[in-house]
Amino acid sequence: MAASSTTNFSARPSGRASTFWQRLRSGDDIAYVVTLTCALTILAITALLVFELYKNSAVPRHQFGWSFLVTTTWDPVAGQFGALPFIYGTVVTSALALLMAIPLGVGAAIFLAELAPMRISNALTFLIELLAAVPSVIFGLLGIFVLVPALVSIEPAIRSVLGWTPLFSGPFYGVSIFSAGVVLTVMIIPFIISISREVILAVPAEQRDGALALGATKWETTWNVVIPFAKKGIMGSIFLALARSLGETMAVTMVIGNEPKIHQSLFAPGYSIAAVIANEFAEATGDLYLGALIELGLVLFGLTIIINGLARVLVLTTTKKGAI
Amino acid sequence: MLSLRRKTVNAVMLSLTGVCTVLAVGTLLFILGYLFLHGGTSLTLDFFTKLPKPVGEPGGGMANALLGSAKLLLLASCIGVPIGFLGGVYLAEFGGSSFSFVVRYTTDLLNGVPSIVIGIFAYTLIVLPQGHFSTLAGGLALGVMMIPIAIRSSEDFLRAVPVSLREGAMALGASKAKTILTVVIPAAKAGLLTGIMLNLARVAGETAPLIFTAFGNRYWSPGWEQPTAALPVMIYTYAISPYPDWKQQAWSAGFVLLMLVLAINVFARMILSKGGHAAR
Repeated sequence: MAASSTTNFSARPSGRASTFWQRLRSGDDIAYVVTLTCALTILAITALLVFELYKNSAVPRHQFGWSFLVTTTWDPVAGQFGALPFIYGTVVTSALALLMAIPLGVGAAIFLAELAPMRISNALTFLIELLAAVPSVIFGLLGIFVLVPALVSIEPAIRSVLGWTPLFSGPFYGVSIFSAGVVLTVMIIPFIISISREVILAVPAEQRDGALALGATKWETTWNVVIPFAKKGIMGSIFLALARSLGETMAVTMVIGNEPKIHQSLFAPGYSIAAVIANEFAEATGDLYLGALIELGLVLFGLTIIINGLARVLVLTTTKKGAI
Repeated sequence: MLSLRRKTVNAVMLSLTGVCTVLAVGTLLFILGYLFLHGGTSLTLDFFTKLPKPVGEPGGGMANALLGSAKLLLLASCIGVPIGFLGGVYLAEFGGSSFSFVVRYTTDLLNGVPSIVIGIFAYTLIVLPQGHFSTLAGGLALGVMMIPIAIRSSEDFLRAVPVSLREGAMALGASKAKTILTVVIPAAKAGLLTGIMLNLARVAGETAPLIFTAFGNRYWSPGWEQPTAALPVMIYTYAISPYPDWKQQAWSAGFVLLMLVLAINVFARMILSKGGHAAR
C-alpha cells in the first residue's frame, strides 16, 4: 500500500478532553478501541488456526515424528500414515502447471501490456480476470467431463513425441497427475497474466525508448529490456500462482485419480494433500487417522505460507502494490 | 538495416504472445459456452423449487442447496463483513504504526491459506466439540475466508477518499469518529459495497471447506444446527456420482453457480469503473 496516502492525523486520538465521559462523548476512543479490537481479531484468528492445527495433530506427530513426511504407506486400516505420496502429488502437479502456465501467462501479459491498444487490453484483461473468478468446482466439472476425455483422445500424439521418456510411459486412463497439472494450468494463468501485465505496464517508457532508439526491434526491446526490468514482479506473480495451485482442492480431487502411490509416469494416477483431506476427512475415524489428516493440513499450511511470503516480498518491491 | 533473421524473430515472437492471449481468453469463452450448452439448456423451474429426488427417479431440483448456500453466505457475512470492515477502518484511519504492518502482513498470510485448511479450522472449532456437522460450522469457515479480503478492500477504498475531505470535516470541529462516520465512509460507500459483493462471489463458489463442515443434506435443513446442502458441494457430489441423471443436474447447478458468480463480478466491476477513484 502506498504509505504516502496515509492521513497524518495523530495515530491515537489525543485525550485532551480529560474526563472519561467527555472523551466517550466525542466517540474517538470508542472508535479507536472498537476498530483496534477487530484488527486484533485477525491476529487472534491466525494464531488460533495454527494452534488448532498443531494441537489436533498431536497423536500422529508423537507416533511417527518426522518420518510422517518421508514414508509412503497410507493405510488407515493398519494405522500406518505416511505423507510422501501426497506431498509428491501436490508438488509435481504444481510444478507441471507452472511449466505450462509461465510461458503462456507471461506471453499473454507481454501482448496485453506491450502490443494491444489500451482499450482492447483492458477489455481482454477484464475477461481474463473473470476467468480467475470461476469457482474451482466448475473447473473440476469440466475437468472430468471435457478435459479427461480430450486428453485420452490426444494421448497417442503426446506419447509419440514424449513417449521415450519414462515420464510418459505406462497405461493412461485419463485421470492422472498430468490431467491435474493441465487443469491447474488453466486455473493459475489468470493470476500470472493480470499481475505480470501490471508489472510490465509499470516499466518506465524511457527504458523502451532507449532500446528502440538503439535500433532494437520491438521483440528485442521487450525481451532484453522490459522483461529483465520487470523480472522480480513477474517472479512474484509466479510464486502467488504457485501458492494457489498448491492449495487447490476441488479441481485436482476430481481429475488426479486419488491413488496414494508414487508412480514414475505422469500418466499414472496420484493424489494430492488437499485432495486426500477433501476425500477422507468427513469419514475419518479415530484420533490417529483424523490427526494424520490434520497434520497434512499443517504441512500444506506451512508450504503455502512460505511460498506466499516470498511472493509478496517480490511483488511489493517492484509495484508497491500488494496485489490480490 | 534489419537482418531478415531479426525481423522474423520479431514477427514470430510477437504473434506468439498474441496466440497466448487468444488461448487464455478462449478458455473463458469455452467454459461459458460449454456450461450454457450442457447446463443452461436443461435448466428447468423444478431445479429452483424442488428437493432432490432419490436415485433412479427423474426430475427433482436443488432448492434446498440454494437455500443452504444463501444461509451459509448470510452467516459468513455476519462474521466476515463487520470484522473485516472495522479492521479496514483501523488500518486506513488509525493505522500507520508497525502494528498495522503486522496486521496487514497477517491478513495477507491468512488470505493465502488454502480454503481446505480453513475448513479443518472450522471443523476443530465447531464440529469436533459438538460432534455433528452443521450450517454454523460451514458459515464460520466461509466467514473466516471473508475476513482478510474484507479488510484489504475496505482499507483500500477508505484510503482512496481524499485527505482534504477529512481535513474539511475536522476544520469544522467534527471529532475524528464523527468525520469517519459521516464523511469518509459515505464517500467510500460504492467501493465498500462492491468489495463486499466481490467477496461474497468468491466464497459462494467455495466447496472444499464445506465438505466436512456443512457436509450436505438431501432434505431441508431447519435452523443452524444441522448439516445443510450447498450448491457447490452438490455439484461435486453429483459430478462424481455414477448416475447420468445426477451428472446432468451437476451441469445445471454448475451453470447456475457460474452465472451467479460472473454476474456479481461484472456488476461490481461496472460500478467500480463508473465510480472513478477506484483503488483495487
